[in-house]
Amino acid sequence: MMDFAKEILEVLEENARATPGEIATLLGRSEEEVAAEIKNLEESGVIRKYMTMINWEKIDDGYVYAMIELKVSLQRDKGYDAIAERIARFSEVQSVRLISGDHDISFTVRGKSMKNVAFFVTEKIATLEGVESTCTHFVLKSYKEHGVTLYDRTQPKRLVVTA
Amino acid sequence: MMKSDISANNKKLAMEKTSLWRPGSHLSSTVRDMPPSGIRKFFDIVVGMEDVISLGVGEPDFATPWHIREACIYSLEGGHTSYTPNKGLFELREILAESTKEDLGLDYDPEEEILITTGVSEAVDLAFRATINPGDEVIVPQPCYVAYVPDVLLAGGVPRPVATRLSEEFKLRPEDFQDAINEKTKALILSYPNNPTGAIMTREDLEEIADLVVENDLLVISDEVYDKLTYNGRHTSFAQLEGMQERTVLLNGMSKSCAMTGWRVGYALGDPAILGAMTKVHQYTMLCAPTMAQVAAVEAIRRGEKEIKAMNREYDRRRRLFVSELERLGLPCFEPKGAFYAFPSIEGTGLSSEEFAEQLLKEQKVAAVPGNAFGESGEGFLRCSYATSREEILEAVDRIERFLAGLGL
Repeated sequence: MMDFAKEILEVLEENARATPGEIATLLGRSEEEVAAEIKNLEESGVIRKYMTMINWEKIDDGYVYAMIELKVSLQRDKGYDAIAERIARFSEVQSVRLISGDHDISFTVRGKSMKNVAFFVTEKIATLEGVESTCTHFVLKSYKEHGVTLYDRTQPKRLVVTA
Repeated sequence: MMKSDISANNKKLAMEKTSLWRPGSHLSSTVRDMPPSGIRKFFDIVVGMEDVISLGVGEPDFATPWHIREACIYSLEGGHTSYTPNKGLFELREILAESTKEDLGLDYDPEEEILITTGVSEAVDLAFRATINPGDEVIVPQPCYVAYVPDVLLAGGVPRPVATRLSEEFKLRPEDFQDAINEKTKALILSYPNNPTGAIMTREDLEEIADLVVENDLLVISDEVYDKLTYNGRHTSFAQLEGMQERTVLLNGMSKSCAMTGWRVGYALGDPAILGAMTKVHQYTMLCAPTMAQVAAVEAIRRGEKEIKAMNREYDRRRRLFVSELERLGLPCFEPKGAFYAFPSIEGTGLSSEEFAEQLLKEQKVAAVPGNAFGESGEGFLRCSYATSREEILEAVDRIERFLAGLGL
């Protein structure tokens, strides 16, 4: 059996708009219990934010996304956290991760155009103290984000009535 | 006579004989007299209708988890397309022996006590055909899956339906069971968690039945295909009761728990004498279950647990949602504790099951199966499958609400 908090999170992760009343029905608990637990989860920072997943490409030209990998030279008494947090402050940056392998830090940028993203990387990131090299990959097409596929496929149909 | 006259005459004779040919007169009387499944009848009405929300489906709405499909594709690429042994892939039988030991604490020998079948449907048919002599009676608690009665008839047996009731949460009561037993009774078919009611039998419930089984020297065929889909506590298998393993042919499969209905893999576990007899019929009729499906089943048992649990949690949520909505609509329904069906009573509407289901479909485009399709004692009920998305469940409930309002309720 999954614990109560995890069950709530599983429901909310899939649908941020689920109300405490609805979650209570699904989990067989009272609305008050659910609301109290959600409050706990919000206050303790387990739930960071309620968001909507949008496929921007469907409504206009959308955005340009790039994944950028960095090699970083560490300075004494400054770990990876310092530079990662510095990068995270830019509003253009959507995610920042410390990674294993050839590079040290990987982050994603969203911009209005390739030029826009390229300038951002050369002006704001490559010039940061400790950045040794950057490697920018522009995203050509996205197939799946946050566990949700972005392409439309017709689903095979079940028979309407079966034993 | 000229040669050409003779051949013309022969032709004429042949044509006269052809005109007497009525294929219907060549049918087996057992099959001819067998009514078509009530579900089939209903299916014909649905065909061609658009925008139907279906609560009528006896299978998961999930596709088989990708890793299982992928294992099958990989095996096809490797060219594994020949027959398997009659009893099924040894690897599958072996892994089933292990998982059954783990789940139920029971030992079955993969060589002699496990048979892989083409779905549990085949296993049910084999179990009857391997054990029933003409005139033998089989007790069939109803409402139940649509195939049991016809399968008993095909085996030359006499099905003896026993009604279960809403007031007793559709459990088989020992009194009713006892009343149905006579000197011709050979077997009992049990199917809990139950399709269509969602009922389960606890260990205590089953023990009362087991006493009568021993007393009357009966065989039990236990279809437990919904065993993984129980919502309040673990499933107890009839074979787990003291002394019952040898008296039970335990039937199960991956269809429901792993969303693998179309693959057609099931299995039977039981005493070597009975399993051997079933294997004989199987080898002369089916030869073996589809090889690719057996390969997929190995993957499902070996690595499917995480998905099974995730799907279960989702069914459980849908179950709570649906039952609370039925309550709101005022349709009496006990809390289903297994499978993925709710079985509300529609008696208060004054309509029969078939009238209700047919009007609901025609007026509000919601498909559900009339309870009497599962036996007479299902009259007055409607089988609603909640193996469909929560959005669809809520939309269906809205439509049912409008339908009830239209009836003046």
